[in-house]
Amino acid sequence: MKSLETLIPKLVVAPGFVLGFAFIYGFMVWNGVLSVTGSRMLPNYDEFVGLEQYSRLWEMDRWWVALKNLGIFSGLYVGGSLLLGLLLAIVLDQKVRAEGVLRTIYLYPMALSFIVTGTAWKWILNPSLGLEKLMHDLGWASFKFDWLVQSDTAIYCIVIAGIWQSAGFAMALFLAGLRGIDDSIIKAAQIDGASLPRIYWRIILPILRPVVFSTILVLAHLSIKSFDLVMALTAGGPGFATDVPATFMFVMSFNRGQIGLGAASATMMLATVAAIVVPYLYSELRAKPHDR
Amino acid sequence: MAAAVQIAGIRKVFGKGERAVEVLKRIDIDVAPGEFLILVGPSGCGKSTLLNIIAGLEEPSEGDLRIAGRNVLGVAPAQRDIAMVFQSYALYPTMSVADNIGFALEMRKVPKPARAKRIAEVAAMLQIEHLLERRPAQLSGGQRQRVAMGRALARDPQLFLFDEPLSNLDAKLRVEMRAEIKRLHQLSGITSVYVTHDQIEAMTLGSRIAVMKDGVLQQIGTPDDIYSRPANTYVGGFIGSPTMNFIAGTPITTGAGGLFFFEGGQLALPCPAAARATLGLRPEHLQLQADAPWRGQVLLVEPTGADTFVVVQTTSGPVTVRVAPQTPVQVGELIGLAVSAAHANWFDTESGRRLA
Amino acid sequence: MIAKHLSRFMLYTLLLLAAGFFLAPLYVMLVTSLKDAAQIRSGNLLNLPTSLNFEAWELAWSTACTGVDCRGLQPYFWNSVLMAVPAVLISTAWGAINGYVLSLWKFRGSELLFGFMLFGVFMPFQVVLLPMSQVLGFLGLSSSLAGLVLVHCLAGLAGTTLFFRNYYTAIPKELINAARIDGAGFWRILWRIVLPMSTPILMVTLIWQFTNIWNDFLFGVAFSSADSKPITVGLNNMANTSSSVKSYNVDMAAAVIAGLPTMLVYVLAGQYFVRGLTAGAVKG
Repeated sequence: MKSLETLIPKLVVAPGFVLGFAFIYGFMVWNGVLSVTGSRMLPNYDEFVGLEQYSRLWEMDRWWVALKNLGIFSGLYVGGSLLLGLLLAIVLDQKVRAEGVLRTIYLYPMALSFIVTGTAWKWILNPSLGLEKLMHDLGWASFKFDWLVQSDTAIYCIVIAGIWQSAGFAMALFLAGLRGIDDSIIKAAQIDGASLPRIYWRIILPILRPVVFSTILVLAHLSIKSFDLVMALTAGGPGFATDVPATFMFVMSFNRGQIGLGAASATMMLATVAAIVVPYLYSELRAKPHDR
Repeated sequence: MAAAVQIAGIRKVFGKGERAVEVLKRIDIDVAPGEFLILVGPSGCGKSTLLNIIAGLEEPSEGDLRIAGRNVLGVAPAQRDIAMVFQSYALYPTMSVADNIGFALEMRKVPKPARAKRIAEVAAMLQIEHLLERRPAQLSGGQRQRVAMGRALARDPQLFLFDEPLSNLDAKLRVEMRAEIKRLHQLSGITSVYVTHDQIEAMTLGSRIAVMKDGVLQQIGTPDDIYSRPANTYVGGFIGSPTMNFIAGTPITTGAGGLFFFEGGQLALPCPAAARATLGLRPEHLQLQADAPWRGQVLLVEPTGADTFVVVQTTSGPVTVRVAPQTPVQVGELIGLAVSAAHANWFDTESGRRLA
Repeated sequence: MIAKHLSRFMLYTLLLLAAGFFLAPLYVMLVTSLKDAAQIRSGNLLNLPTSLNFEAWELAWSTACTGVDCRGLQPYFWNSVLMAVPAVLISTAWGAINGYVLSLWKFRGSELLFGFMLFGVFMPFQVVLLPMSQVLGFLGLSSSLAGLVLVHCLAGLAGTTLFFRNYYTAIPKELINAARIDGAGFWRILWRIVLPMSTPILMVTLIWQFTNIWNDFLFGVAFSSADSKPITVGLNNMANTSSSVKSYNVDMAAAVIAGLPTMLVYVLAGQYFVRGLTAGAVKG
């Protein structure tokens, strides 16, 4: 009877673990296998090609463009969301009226699909009828804003839309962190004669370091996965000027009939995310001793 | 319907290999039906682990456990016909008091009318009828404790287990609830095993007390046994407040005309046959005597209302003496100490074990 | 004194500017959707429409073209509903049960298994796209709503399990022990004691899952065909069709329609949404 009591929990989570692990790790391995085959339109397990797909990958201009874009986008998206979010959080923490309303306004973009965001911003940044025309109508006749259709500036449009979507999230995390700081520390610093900016810089921000860290982590992993936003805003264009690894993978696998190559790019994406996330997860789980 | 409990050779080891910790070393206890057994000891002595093993919430690494003659190792807690009261009460937060009390009956598919009747009975016994429709969050600590007991009583089990149920209550409530538990035990006569770290609870509630330390049973006996004839210096020092005084020394002459030499003096009293021994005397078995040969200086005077305790600094260390409340004593005074030889406890100085 | 007022003034200015930044796209979407083609060409982003013209909305809903089909967003809206509702309910329930076991009925190795499962919250789903499409093919579920439901359940499992497990670790083990002694078993304890205490986390998880699943595009575009597209795919097709005449008002109306359900959930139950966000990011 006792053994039944200990058996049931294991039986109950078994399907979850089995399916979950198959989905996560099983598919990872499967994808890896595909990446060492010469699969094109359809998976072809008979044609083992070793690391050829990977070398092809790294020789492609388009992949390098995708990586470069990822770097630019991630850096600016994470940095921009972080800074804007932090700024808003600090300002909101100053006992402003209508804080609740403002918070709701800053955060609502996160409730939207990246597709909706992309579609809206695509319209706003429309070269002839969007922001440019608005500025002209407001009197700024020489304003030119065709970033969206220029190869070297389109990526920054994606950055803007991305920050718009996620800054509120960073703000929410920082605000929670700020609220968790003991008031008496601030009061002690004020009595010690520190000015408010000083207090923020020397005392509060260092306390918020873990929050900064975890926010960067989440934003970074979101940016690596950013597929929806790019597809909606530029579809990787013009040409493939705003391609990112996520769109690269999709296009290669589903549109160009290069499954092996696509799988290889997916593995590269996985490696990047794992490099960031695994050490973090390991240190978090290590901190707790195992229960019996 | 009270059961006997036989605990034989119970051992419990946590962890493996190098980091293995033996929490219970070899426990043998026989609990008679209807008895109120207290398990008392400092934190980490293993008493809660032993209770959990009796309950079936944990399994021992070795040993035998029988309840009402039946081997219950491997049997689920629900099948052991026991009830337990927890330190944090563990009341189901989303259910009313009535539902809390009746929950176990519900699990046993007792029909609603019978359940309601039993709930009403128990509520009357504990004087909580007016709380039946409330939620635990709306009750005070003492009320929650009563509900927790009601939940256990409603079952009418063959064994009651208590895991430090009064530790979360304030001092006054604790005294009240202690009396309540004793009264209920007298009414129901159900075998009870009660874990506490409070030696006053142990002395007042138990029909027998088992003192534990580091997973070993130090002594098991009636409160009088434990108090008057402690089996070792640990038990002597643990039970009784203020603690027993210990003086290590050398018995010179054994037998009736004995002399006990120790640092700072000597006492004429019957000594055991040993090269070195420790004398244990409770504060109430010492007196202040102006002209006694064993002398010291008064360090502290602690009036508690009914008694006054005087701490006297001697060459052998501080000695606590109980005196009548009005006794005129000054801090710093030089005073003599006399002992009541009839109440002397002798222990082996190395092992702490009682000598004769 | 002046400095204080000045700094307060600057504070509010900054906050209002930020509010403007965040609200502007919403404003533009609504306003554009109510204009006709002429107004769009002649006016600019911020102009109010001259009249409340819901024609674009009708077009977006029933007759706009999304690739080959010209049935508007309507069928895809219902696709999303049919996909999201089961997926949300199943993944939430499954996560609750898993979380319940992992926090209150731990066994040897369960923490380690959970640690490994945690990676599923962060991993890029690109790695599962190709294997998953093969599996869906084997199961005969390619390009079907049922297939999408399956994918979302599997993908969401790690996250929902995490939410519930972290929430349930706050329940004292003594409560479970008391129930065990009272005779309640695994399922009874879940049903009578743990679930009634779970309202907050249920809300958070349901909202979080609904938002993620309704807003998903990657799985939608990879695993659906013309008939089983969710609304995000429909919207993207509509807005990105390189047809001759671009109807921006229709695009905007479509975007609002697509975003409405999750926006509504956010407005009505926003506090649970925020809790879900902060819970997901801060591991506890």
